[in-house]
Amino acid sequence: MDWVGIFSSALSDMIGPFAAIYALAAVGLNLHFGYTGLLNFGQVAFMLVGAYGVGVAVVTFSLSLWWGILVAILASVVVALILGIPTLRLRGDYLAIATIAAGEVLRLFFNSTYTEPVTNGAFGLGPTNNEFNALNPIPNGTYQLGPFQYTSSALWVMLVTWSLVALACVLVFLLMRSPWGRVLRSVREDELAARSLGKSVYGYKLQSLVLGGVLGGLAGVMYTMDISTQFPNNFDPKVTFYLWVIMTLGGAGRIIGPVVGAVIFWFLFSFLGAFLGELFPGANTGAARIAIVGLILMLLMVFRPAGILGDPEEMRLEVR
Amino acid sequence: MRTRLIATVLATVLISLLVAFTAAPASASPTPGAKPDQGITGTIRGPDGPVEGVMITVLQDGTPIGGATSAADGKWLVGVPKPGVYQVTLDVKTLPTTLQLRNPGGETLSNLRVQPDAVKFAIFPLVKAGEGAGSGGGGGGGQLAYLVSVLLSGLEFGLIIAMTAVGLSLIFGTTGLINFAHGELVTIGAVIAYILGTSLFQWPFIIAIILAIVGVGLLGGIIELGLWRPLRKRGVGLIQMFIISIGLALFLRHTILFFFGSQREQYLQATTQTQLTLGPVTISPRDLIIIVFSILVLVGVAVMLQRTRMGKAMRALADNRDLAEASGIDVDRVIRNVWIIGGGLAGLGGVLFGLTSAVYWDMGFNLLLLMFAGVILGGLGSAYGAMLGSIVVGLVAQFSTVWFPAELEYAWAMLVLIGVLLVRPQGILGKLQRAG
Repeated sequence: MDWVGIFSSALSDMIGPFAAIYALAAVGLNLHFGYTGLLNFGQVAFMLVGAYGVGVAVVTFSLSLWWGILVAILASVVVALILGIPTLRLRGDYLAIATIAAGEVLRLFFNSTYTEPVTNGAFGLGPTNNEFNALNPIPNGTYQLGPFQYTSSALWVMLVTWSLVALACVLVFLLMRSPWGRVLRSVREDELAARSLGKSVYGYKLQSLVLGGVLGGLAGVMYTMDISTQFPNNFDPKVTFYLWVIMTLGGAGRIIGPVVGAVIFWFLFSFLGAFLGELFPGANTGAARIAIVGLILMLLMVFRPAGILGDPEEMRLEVR
Repeated sequence: MRTRLIATVLATVLISLLVAFTAAPASASPTPGAKPDQGITGTIRGPDGPVEGVMITVLQDGTPIGGATSAADGKWLVGVPKPGVYQVTLDVKTLPTTLQLRNPGGETLSNLRVQPDAVKFAIFPLVKAGEGAGSGGGGGGGQLAYLVSVLLSGLEFGLIIAMTAVGLSLIFGTTGLINFAHGELVTIGAVIAYILGTSLFQWPFIIAIILAIVGVGLLGGIIELGLWRPLRKRGVGLIQMFIISIGLALFLRHTILFFFGSQREQYLQATTQTQLTLGPVTISPRDLIIIVFSILVLVGVAVMLQRTRMGKAMRALADNRDLAEASGIDVDRVIRNVWIIGGGLAGLGGVLFGLTSAVYWDMGFNLLLLMFAGVILGGLGSAYGAMLGSIVVGLVAQFSTVWFPAELEYAWAMLVLIGVLLVRPQGILGKLQRAG
């Protein structure tokens, strides 16, 4: 077994473009669930409208990248409002079902012949990242440092996305120290208490959904900058479930939790893929690896719902 | 009390199965003509009956293996030398000009997996020329017949969703858990019947169905006893359990994918059949059986919930857990039975869903969101609401294909879900206090 190869690729993926993109989306999810207690199971919907916002603007309407990013952010806000306004007054599990259904509805619509003139449907939309790559200051080539190995375009995506992750973390940190963040956490802890103090619980939840959704949308933008040609089926509910694993692994309600979670998740995910591939050549090891992710999610939730960094006392998970 | 419960359920299932499958001897003769070791077969049939003289070619990796021409009864059969994956192509030029394929590009079926010593069915859906997928029928009586057939297929789809959603709703009502892994119970039921009835063994389909129901019912009981009951005893929160069920769903679904593969399979028994004509309506015996049988099962479940002690206990528990416990109901046993019955119904629904579409690894997950839509539309926690809501969802899905592309039928059904949350979150039969 090629242990060197397996570990080299696992270590590279650990901080690679996908880890950064998932970390960014998970920071948004953490704002939803970790700080506000919203059961958002449709974070992939925000990534989808982010990726397609920029994709449709750049490819279909030949606008510049900056307009595309603006469209992506606006689209995330609109999705958050459409989802939040009907469901945030209801109990948490309704939001969970509505968000996962909304993600699927969007995926199916973007995939259909109906929207094909705009989204190119199942044939995929691209290339979306020409302008982004033109901005790449890193000279072409492959760079290697010990086991870590990246192309210059991967490094460029990593540089931008990890910077965004850092900015998002700082933003969340500052917000959570502000009065706004304290109200948000009180909504998570006890909605009735927050309401009895005269706070508009609904408004705070909606603001949290919009803000976290925009972070998800930006993750979608960076995703399409990385993969260049996107397909609606890239955005299936599995992505959301991975984000949940990432958030709970690192620790929900912790600033740095999603980052730690993303790094560990992508190390394990990449390692499992390569390891199982060598162990059972020819078998569908992609499926086996996702089955193991499911098992990890179960075990985490049973034995350590607060994750690695979380505070078990702070994260009490109850239906509200 | 227990015997009565089990007797009611078993009797309903058995009687309806017997009625259903003795009434349809047509479905029992799948293999036409001489039988090679393995091959691919099918019946070319338009809306008005079998079509003769259509040329079929079987290829493997682009190399032609053999061909056939459909006989007077529309049947064709191509023997293949060894099991494997084949493509089947219909020569469109040999179709009568009055007919066309329902789906564009439907003249080639790729990835047909032929099992050892088995005959694989290839189906080319044909419609009258000018009627593409999803477009309305001709004028006058044709339009009416078309709408009635959409109504029937919507009813059929809705009944299948209802059968699986009842368990989901009962589990939610009695334990508060949104069981995200319910779709996987559906898939496992379909796969058990496929393995027993079509691929590994060719047991009589009725036995395969019964074993699928029993198997998934037991699995439901095992999941309850092995996972959820210990978690409840530990005082694990409901949101935590909800996320655990998502993990369980991912685990089960991809374990099925690992062992079963990603292809779509047909039951041997899902052959093209002679259409029955009842007035303006044509329906295949298979669909008629599924509709009648599902109605019988759902009525049986309703009778069980209304009349037996266990059914009453289930409703009492769904209504008010503390009150039910205080009045001496053995909560753990009721919940276990809910899981067994819900599992059995999910397994049965999976077989029926597999009969109407195909057996594949994420069929249950595709159905799950429609189940949620049905359950929420009807009112979370209410078993009758789940039945009603699911039928509405099935009808919406099928009727959407009259005006919109068929690929979006699930999307419309899910939009109904979001619409309901906007207007009447407690659902048709639900109580407002649950939603708030």
